[in-house]
Amino acid sequence: MEILVCVKRVPDTAENEFELNGAGNDLDRDDLVYSVNEWDNYAVEEAIQIVDKVGGNVTVITVGDSESEEVLRREMAMGANNGILLSDDAFEGSDGKGIAAILKAEIEKGKYDLILTGAQADEGAGQVGGMLAAMLDLPYASLVNKIEVGEGKIKVGREIEGGNQEMNEISLPCVLSIQTGINEPRYVGIRGIRKVAGVEIPVKSASDLGIAADSIGKAGAKTKRIDYFVPDLGAGAEMLEGSTDEIIAKLIEKLKAKGGL
Amino acid sequence: MTQIFAYIPFSNGVAEDVAMEFPTAAAKIDKGASLTAVLTGSGADLDKVANDMTGLYAEVIKINHNDLAYPNAEVVRKALVNVIPAGSIVLAPHNTFGMDLAPGLSVKMNASYAADIVDFAGVEGTVLKASRQELGGAVSTHVAIDIASGAVITIRPGSFAPVEGKTASGAVVDKSANAGDLSAKRKFLEVVQAEVGDVDITKADVLVSIGRGIEEQENIEIAEELAKAMKTVVSCSRPIVDAKWLEKGRQVGTSGKTVKPKVYMAMGISGSFQHLGGLKGNPFIVAVNKNPKAPIFQVADVGIVANIIEFMPELTSAINDL
Repeated sequence: MEILVCVKRVPDTAENEFELNGAGNDLDRDDLVYSVNEWDNYAVEEAIQIVDKVGGNVTVITVGDSESEEVLRREMAMGANNGILLSDDAFEGSDGKGIAAILKAEIEKGKYDLILTGAQADEGAGQVGGMLAAMLDLPYASLVNKIEVGEGKIKVGREIEGGNQEMNEISLPCVLSIQTGINEPRYVGIRGIRKVAGVEIPVKSASDLGIAADSIGKAGAKTKRIDYFVPDLGAGAEMLEGSTDEIIAKLIEKLKAKGGL
Repeated sequence: MTQIFAYIPFSNGVAEDVAMEFPTAAAKIDKGASLTAVLTGSGADLDKVANDMTGLYAEVIKINHNDLAYPNAEVVRKALVNVIPAGSIVLAPHNTFGMDLAPGLSVKMNASYAADIVDFAGVEGTVLKASRQELGGAVSTHVAIDIASGAVITIRPGSFAPVEGKTASGAVVDKSANAGDLSAKRKFLEVVQAEVGDVDITKADVLVSIGRGIEEQENIEIAEELAKAMKTVVSCSRPIVDAKWLEKGRQVGTSGKTVKPKVYMAMGISGSFQHLGGLKGNPFIVAVNKNPKAPIFQVADVGIVANIIEFMPELTSAINDL
């Protein structure tokens, strides 16, 4: 089975405290720590496990600048066979549809049985997988937390409300967005990354893909971020301060009053 | 005039709460817009909910077909593309169904797409201004949505005030004949109900709930000791279940259990909207987190900036000494 996994380099929410810049219109990006989108690691792990069972290849692909190459190498160190970097100044500022259109152009040049994305990434929209499927006229399922591979079709479980699981049968090829918890992504050490350091990763531009520059990027975007802001959310919590003993004494009084003790 | 269509999700003959929130969202988009509810389904359940919606919406469209008995996003999408006029604004909830349906629907309707909107600031020309969050709720952004060729927009359930009582006297229009070809490459099989674990967190008056801040599986014991001192049990947020440190039945959130405690101890939980979506009944929330900017502090009643690994044992021993 030929599997393509779409991945993204994102600011790491576990490693950063996000602040606005001086002008208040963007994040202060100077010291941000970036990593692979958490959901994508589960998608790559799932792809590797499927190929281990039924044979085939896993290719990881991303749309991004030259720094995005590191996330492709990390996923290749996990066990993906190939990487493809789609990179062009014309791609910058693309909305979800722009990214899906760029990926579609490359996907049509190959032959994939299964295309995976993470269920969502840093922007929290969860949009590229569903758009890509619709553009390619392929069936789609989102929030997938179980895959059973059969002949020409697969059985997938989707995570729905209340922790229940919706089972579906889908014909191949198809696009799936992968939810966290579907597996346990393998650990990647420095040695693993060194092993793939020399592997060539092809870089493709808008003209390589035959995409009109005005249909993507900032010019083609129908949904644009205007700015970042700090919402007015009211007073928030009463913050307890002082020594640990003082804090605990205050907290115990409150817990007693509210029925916690 | 802007035409807005709201997709009404329902189950067992009852519309989801978001059905009462769409009218507020639609008015924030454009007070003068026409608003139509759209329901897909089959049989008596569909008829009942469509009828219920006439109290909230001036027009209610129902699409009745056996293949729509369970909301398979691929089938629903086909029906909606054939029934909703091009250029409209389509609203859907940002939940597990909306996420399945809406991105592809925007492609097939050749419309703009915006996800998980929490507020609208109205239309200027052909641009709709809206607010949403990024990075797990750590930052908020304004977005501009070009609605010249229509837009598909998911809204975050619970973000718009529900309309109360009967606010409209609409009529149901049957558009089943317009649904078109509903054949699909994806077939719904069944819903597998979540396993019931050995601990029922939904009955607890107090919960000690842990998140990423617990750092390692071995540290769960620290939370178990605090829970024991408080005569209750440990619940958790999603990452703890993803890591397989606790079973799914312990997870609080939209994809886990809905709980209604009196007191909720959020220990090392950042406070994503999916997590808070499982917390009902307005509990007294105590948040302990080492990140002073954690979103949980905006919804908690009491906040403490501390490392839970150090704080919980201190609290446990103080409670045990009472």
